[in-house]
Amino acid sequence: MRPFDFVRPTSVDEALAAWEDGAAWLGGGTNLVDLMKTGAVAPTRLIDLSRLPGMRGIEVLADGSTRIGALVGNSELANDPDFAGNFPMVAEAILSGASGQIRNAATVAGNVMQHPREAWFHGPASDPLAGDTGKLAVLGTDGAPAAVNPSDFCVPLVALGAVVEIVGPDGTRDIPVADLHRMPTADDPRHTTLTPGELILALRLPPEAAGFAAHSRYLKVRDRTSFAFALTSAAACMRIEDGKIAEARLTLGAVAPRPWRVAEAEDLLKGQTPGPEVFATAAELALDGARAVGGNDWKIDLARRTALRALDMAAAGTPAEMPALPASVFGTQRKEPAHA
Amino acid sequence: MSLSISLSINGAARDIVLDDVRVTLLDLLRERLALPGTKKGCDRGQCGACTVLVNGQRVNSCLTLAATLDGATVTTIEGLAQGDRLHPVQQAFLEHDGFQCGYCTPGQIMSAVGLIAEGHAGDDADRIREGMSGNLCRCSAYRGITEAVQDATRRMTAQAAEDAA
Amino acid sequence: MPDTLDRTIRFGSNSGQPMTRRDGIAKVTGAATFTADNTPDNVLHAVYVPATIARGRVTSLDVAAAEAHPGVTHVLTPANRPHLHGDPEAKPTMFSFRIEVLQDDTVRYAGQPVAMVLGETLEAATEGARLLAPTYEMAPPRVDLDRAEPYDVEPGGFGRPTGASHGDIDAGHRAAVKSVDVTYSTAPQYHNAMETHAIVAAWDGDKLHLDVPTQALSMSCAAYASFFDIPVENVTINSPYLGGGFGSKAVPIGPNILAILAARMTGRPVKLMLTRQQMFGPTGHRGATRQRLRLGIDEDASLTVIDHDSLSETSSFDDFHEPAAGASQGLYAAGALRSVHRGARLDIGTPGAMRAPGEASGSAALECAMDEMAEAAGMDPLEFRLKNYAETEPGTGRPYSSKALRDCYLQGAERFGWAGRPLAPRQMRDENGLLTGWGMGTALFPCPMFMAEARATLRADGSALFETSAVDMGQGALTALAQIAADSLGLPVDNVEFRAGHSSLPDGGVAGGSGHTATAGGALHAAGSDVIRQLGEMAAADPASPLHGAGNASFVARHGRLYVDGDDSRSEPFADILSRAGGADLVGSGSASRPPETAAQYAMYSHGAVFAEVKVDPDLCQVQVTRLVGAFAAGRIINPKLADSQLLGGLIWGISFALHEEAHHDPVTGRIVNADFAGYHVPVNADVRGLEVLTVHEDDPHVNLLGIKGVGEIGIVGTVGAIGNAIWHATGHRIRRFPIRIEDLLKA
Repeated sequence: MRPFDFVRPTSVDEALAAWEDGAAWLGGGTNLVDLMKTGAVAPTRLIDLSRLPGMRGIEVLADGSTRIGALVGNSELANDPDFAGNFPMVAEAILSGASGQIRNAATVAGNVMQHPREAWFHGPASDPLAGDTGKLAVLGTDGAPAAVNPSDFCVPLVALGAVVEIVGPDGTRDIPVADLHRMPTADDPRHTTLTPGELILALRLPPEAAGFAAHSRYLKVRDRTSFAFALTSAAACMRIEDGKIAEARLTLGAVAPRPWRVAEAEDLLKGQTPGPEVFATAAELALDGARAVGGNDWKIDLARRTALRALDMAAAGTPAEMPALPASVFGTQRKEPAHA
Repeated sequence: MSLSISLSINGAARDIVLDDVRVTLLDLLRERLALPGTKKGCDRGQCGACTVLVNGQRVNSCLTLAATLDGATVTTIEGLAQGDRLHPVQQAFLEHDGFQCGYCTPGQIMSAVGLIAEGHAGDDADRIREGMSGNLCRCSAYRGITEAVQDATRRMTAQAAEDAA
Repeated sequence: MPDTLDRTIRFGSNSGQPMTRRDGIAKVTGAATFTADNTPDNVLHAVYVPATIARGRVTSLDVAAAEAHPGVTHVLTPANRPHLHGDPEAKPTMFSFRIEVLQDDTVRYAGQPVAMVLGETLEAATEGARLLAPTYEMAPPRVDLDRAEPYDVEPGGFGRPTGASHGDIDAGHRAAVKSVDVTYSTAPQYHNAMETHAIVAAWDGDKLHLDVPTQALSMSCAAYASFFDIPVENVTINSPYLGGGFGSKAVPIGPNILAILAARMTGRPVKLMLTRQQMFGPTGHRGATRQRLRLGIDEDASLTVIDHDSLSETSSFDDFHEPAAGASQGLYAAGALRSVHRGARLDIGTPGAMRAPGEASGSAALECAMDEMAEAAGMDPLEFRLKNYAETEPGTGRPYSSKALRDCYLQGAERFGWAGRPLAPRQMRDENGLLTGWGMGTALFPCPMFMAEARATLRADGSALFETSAVDMGQGALTALAQIAADSLGLPVDNVEFRAGHSSLPDGGVAGGSGHTATAGGALHAAGSDVIRQLGEMAAADPASPLHGAGNASFVARHGRLYVDGDDSRSEPFADILSRAGGADLVGSGSASRPPETAAQYAMYSHGAVFAEVKVDPDLCQVQVTRLVGAFAAGRIINPKLADSQLLGGLIWGISFALHEEAHHDPVTGRIVNADFAGYHVPVNADVRGLEVLTVHEDDPHVNLLGIKGVGEIGIVGTVGAIGNAIWHATGHRIRRFPIRIEDLLKA
C-alpha cells in the first residue's frame, strides 16, 4: 500500500479543507482499505471521517422524510426497528450483503460508494470477458463489457427514490441515488457522478417511501447461499388498495453499472390486480433492451425471473419476522408472510 | 508518518506509537503487540479469520486501519477466557468439535461472541448459519460450529437469567 | 505366510472413545502457535512479486524504486540471487516438483515468483514489491484445456498414473445391449487451506531452523538440506500445527526456498507468508479434467464394460496428472475395465495432490455415469449398484481385505429414507414448491501405508512419553495417535505425553493419503509393545517380581500394570518393575510399514455410500444441498468424534466440488481472475445443513496391525456424484460439468 497522510478532521469544514487531489474519504474502510491493498486505488491522503459530528443519526424530518447520517453503520440501520419496519426491503438488502463483520464496520455512505468489483481484476492487457461473465452488466452499457454496481443497499434505495445529500467546496446539493452511479469511460474513470472533493452527508428517503412497508421485498440470487455478490437481484414494492396496485416500484440489481429502475414496468402495474400474468409482463418490460455480453444471455433470463419472483413476494406481503432471513431464494420461503 | 493512539486491548490500556499509518489492526496485533492469536486468512475481509471485537462489535481487523482506532476498546481471542475458565463460546466449540486445524477458530469464536451479543439469531440454526457465514472454515467444521453457537447461546441466556434472578 | 497378521494384541480402553481434541484448549484460546505467529527478534519480512502473465519473460523490474522505499532492505531478483546448490529443475525423488526460485527471467505461469523484497516491516516489503512493477514480454498463454493437444501419459509413479485394462474391452462394448457414452468436466481447484503457506527461516552457521507447516517433516528436511548443501541433520523443522494442508503442504514450494536463501543472504531471520491470492500459483492444485465414460450393460443389467478415459491438465514443465480414471478400478464388477490417462500441457502451475487426488474427480464422473446407466436400465441407482457389486476386486480377482460396502449402502439408504424414491426425475416438490431430488454415489478410497518410526519412554512414575514427527493438520493426530499410544502401554491417555510436529523426533512419515493414523499409529503401537516386551523380560528375570519365571508367556499391559497373558492373578505395577531396576526410564522403539506381500495379496479400500437431497428453485435455479447422509466403512475408528468431523468435512468438500470451486483464467494474460475468496467460492456456513455421518462396523485383519483404513479423504468421494445425480433427479437435467452453476441449469 502506498504511504499516505492520515488526517482526522473534527468538522465538515475541516474535512473539506483537508481535501487535495489524490485524497480519499475514509468511512468504515471495508471497501477502501481493500482497494488500497490490491493497488486499485492509491490515495496520498486519507481523511478519516469518523470524528465528524452529526453524521450518525437516523431521524424523521418535519416533512416526513427519513434522514440517515452518512456514518450510520449498515448493521445499525438494518437492525433499527423503526427503520426496518418502515423500509423492510432496505433492511433485507443490507442484511443480504457481505458478512456480519463487514456490515458492522461499513457505513451507509461507503456502501453507496462501493467500487465495481471487476475493475481491478483485469489489467490493461486482459480480456474483460474473462472469468464469471455473470458479474457483467447486461443493461445500460450498449453492449460494452462493464462491471455491475455491486451494492445491494442501493437497489431498494433507488426504488424508493432516495437522495444523497452532498457537500462540497461550492456548498450542498442533493443527487437522487438513481443518478449517483455511472459507467466509467476511458476519458472519465469515475464510477459515480460525485466531483472529487464532494462528501456525502446523509441519505434521505422521501415521505412516501414508507407507504410501501406492507408489500416490500428484496430478492438476491447468488451462487452461494450467503456472503456472495448477487448474480441478479430485485427490489419490488407496492401499495395495494382495494385489491389493486395503487403504486409499484421495481428496481433490478447486478444487471447494470447502476441500480436499474424500470418506470415502464411500474406504470404498467399501476391499477392492476396483482397476479402472475401482469407481473410476468412487467418483468419482461424490465429487461427491455438488455444485451448479453460474453455469452451471459442466461443472465437476462435470470434477471427477468428474479423480477417476477420479487413482485410475487412483494404482493404476498412483507414477512412478519423482520429483519427477515437474508434475502436468499431459500431464506425467504420459510416464513409465512404477515400481510397475505 | 507516525501517529499516536490509545487503545484498550483485552482490558489493558495501551498507548501506541504507530510507526506506519498503513498498519491494520490485524498486523498491529500480530506483528507489533505479540498477540498472534488473531489470524490472517485473506487480509481482504473475505474469510473472517481476523475477526475481533472493536467497541463490542465484531469486525474484520484486516480491513481496520489501526490509526482509526484511537480511544477504541479491542477484544481478541487472547482476552476471552477468564484465567483458566473458558468463555462459554470457547467451551462449546471444544465440546462440539467446532474446528479441526484451528486456524479459523479464533475468528469463528470472536464472530460467534459478537453474533450472540447482537441478539438477532438466538438459537435458531438457520439464523446462526447465516450470521456465521462471514467466517470460512476450509476444514469445514460448520456443523460443529453451528451446534456450538446454539449451545453457547442457550447457556449464556440461561446464565443471564440466573444472574438476573 | 500367515493368512492373517498376528492379532494377539489387545486394545485398551482409549481407542474407540470420542475423546475431545487434546490441542483443543490451545486452539480455542488462541494459544496454538502456527508458523506465521512466530516473530523472532530482528526478523525481516519477505514479500514476493507474482507474475501477472502466464507465459513469457520479465523484461524489467524497477529495483531502484523498491529500494528507495523506506524500510525496504533488499531486493532479490534473478540478477542478484545467490547461488543455490540444489537444481530447481531436477526431480531427485518421486515426490519432487520443479520449482521457480528466480533461476532466470522466464515466466511459465501466472503467480510464479519473479522477485522478492525484504523489509523491516511487512508494510514496507509489501509496497516495495508493488513498486517493482515488472514489465513483460508476453507470449500467448495456453490455459484452455479444451484447446490443448492431448498426449498419452507415460506411467511413472506419483503424478504419472498408470492406466489399467482388464478383460476384453471391445467385447465388453459389443456385448452391451444398452450403453452410455458421456463426458464430464471438472474444474481447476485450489487447496486454499485457511493458513496460507508460510515460513520463518533462521540460519545459525550452517544450521537451518525452520518454522514451516509441513505434512511430511522428514521428507521436507531432506529436500531443504539438498537445496542448501547441508547435512540433513542440520535442518530442524518446527511444525506443531498446520492450519490445514489438504495435500498442498507436503512438498517444499519455491517461495519457501527463496525465503531461506534470503535469510542466509541477510544473516537475519526471514518471515514469509503467502497472500491468499498467492495461493493460486506455486502451491499446487487439483488439475481440471475431461473424462469420457463409456459404460455398457447386458440384458440382466450387469456391467459389461467400464471404459474410463481421463484427460487432465499439467504444467508446461512438470508432470502431475490427476489420476482420475483410476477411480473406476476396484469398485464395480464389470466384465471389462479400462482406465486411460491422457495429459495436456498448459501455462499453469503444476497441479498436485489435493484431498482425494484422482478419486474425487474420477468418482464425480463415474458415479454420474453410473446414474445415467441405471436410468437407461430403468433401475433404481442403488439397486443397480448392488446388482454390480464386486465380491472380489474387479479385474485382478484379489480378495478385499475387508469390504462392508453393502452395509454402507443399506444403512445409509435406511437412514436417508431412500426407499420409495421415484425413478423418474422432477417428481418431487417440497412444501414451498422447490424441486427436490435424491441422488447417491459410492465412495472408494485406497488404504496406503507409508513408513514411520516412533519412540516410547516409560518413566519411573508409571507415566509415558511417546514421540514421533507426526503432524496434526486438523485431522486430530495429536489426539488419535495419543490414544493408540496409550493403549499400547495399557495406560489412560492422560498419563501419556505425546510429542509430535518436530523434525528432531523419530520419523512420523507423511500426513497424507489417509494413511497417517495407520502408519504413525502403527509405529507408536510397536514402540509401546517394545517397552512391554522389555518390561516383561525384566520382570520375568527378577526374582522379586510376581512375574518371575514367566519368560515363555506373553505379557499384557492394563491400567499401568503388567499381567501374564491369561493369568490375571500374576501382575505388577510398571513403576515397581522399573523402581527395582534402578528407576531409569525404559525406552522402546518401533516402526510400521506394510509388508509387500500383504499389499500384493489383498485389495485394500475404505468404502462408503453417500445419499444427497437437493432443492432447486424451479424458476431461479439456485441449488441448495439440504441433506447428505454418508455411511462409511473404514476399518477401526480410533476416535469416532474426530473421524466424524473428518468425514463431515469431506462431505462439505463434496458440496464445494459439486457447486462452487472453479478457477477462471484470463485468456489474454493467462492469470486467474478470481484468485481470492470473494471470487473463488468455497461453502459458507449457510450452505451446510442436514449432514449426517454413519460409520459402519468393519474388522479388517489384513490392512494393518491396528485394522485402521483412514477417513481423511473418502468423505469427498461419492459425494460429488451424489449431488450431481440429485440435481438431475430434482430437475431432469444432466449437467455434465462441475461445478454445477445456476447458469447451467437455466440453459439446460
